[in-house]
Amino acid sequence: MIPGSLIAQTLAGLGTTHVVWIPDSTLGDWEQALETSDSIDLLRVCREGEAWPLAAGLQIGGQSPLVIVQITGLFESGDAMRNVLFDLRIPLFAIVGYRSFLIENSRDTAKQFAEPILNAWGIPYVLIQSADDVPNLVSHYQSCQAASTPGFALIAEGKM
Amino acid sequence: MPARRAMKLTDALQVLVNLRNDQVIVTTMGSAREWIHMSHHPLDLNYVPSTMGGGIPLGLGIALAQPQRHVVVISGDGSFLMNLGALVTVSASAAINLTIIVINNGVYEITGGQKLATSKADVNFPGIALAAGLPVAETYEDLDSWRTNASRVWAQPGPGLIDLKVVPVTTDYSLVAPPSMPDRIAKFRAALCGNSQSQP
Repeated sequence: MIPGSLIAQTLAGLGTTHVVWIPDSTLGDWEQALETSDSIDLLRVCREGEAWPLAAGLQIGGQSPLVIVQITGLFESGDAMRNVLFDLRIPLFAIVGYRSFLIENSRDTAKQFAEPILNAWGIPYVLIQSADDVPNLVSHYQSCQAASTPGFALIAEGKM
Repeated sequence: MPARRAMKLTDALQVLVNLRNDQVIVTTMGSAREWIHMSHHPLDLNYVPSTMGGGIPLGLGIALAQPQRHVVVISGDGSFLMNLGALVTVSASAAINLTIIVINNGVYEITGGQKLATSKADVNFPGIALAAGLPVAETYEDLDSWRTNASRVWAQPGPGLIDLKVVPVTTDYSLVAPPSMPDRIAKFRAALCGNSQSQP
């Protein structure tokens, strides 16, 4: 489990101004830390398809947003993501809950399709399994920003 | 009861062209198709190609990023209906500098005029907006009333929604994407992040 305080501190350190999110039961533990952050505005959307263009508008307007959704939300919002990342070429970074990753022999199709879908989109990602891996999120974020490419950090989850 | 639609799209948009000062104008779909020929302002963002329903969240993001700017999003009714939840997101944001204009023609115009689900339902867009918590929501069915009220409703602190009932375009309805969205965004961003300001 990655503490919300560590995530909020890490994102603030990366210069994140806004988190646009729909949480799941793992990511949701970060809510209080993100909401009380002095430097991050937490924006709640009603469906993941809103998150990508909202973050794009923030970025066009000079801010540094980041999207947080579960992998199922990424599936749901595929066209919005495609448009923003590839038509508009806005290099957004997202933290994505990797549902059921930690459950061995899980039959959850959200787990089954997660990495094949990301590979199909050609979006570079890192897997974050614990707090010890958070430096990998930071370095991946920084390399994606330096290259002006989108990037994802997959958060290993063990529950629905 | 079918909606009464008496305005031509270009006439309805011309009212906005005449009113516009230094507002950010985000257009999508049919409005973008016409706006490209009607306005050449550096704060125009013709959101083409877009994702249907993405215009309002995109405009909200710009409005939150640049709170000193008045941001106007012109969305088709088909796109609007694809992301109705965005009204709640807009309401929760309390972005007083955001105005949503819905081009209500009852059809998916750029695919040839197929009817929306609203063709068999009596749907009140301003009613939905008010119920979602937007403080401003009005509808106009004819050009004279739209011309008469546009400057007043435009100037009200939002977030606001204006529902314009227009006649569908039945010829030359297809939307051709202008070249290089990333290049247009770069120019738009340069204009956006300059010093001039607008207030709703």
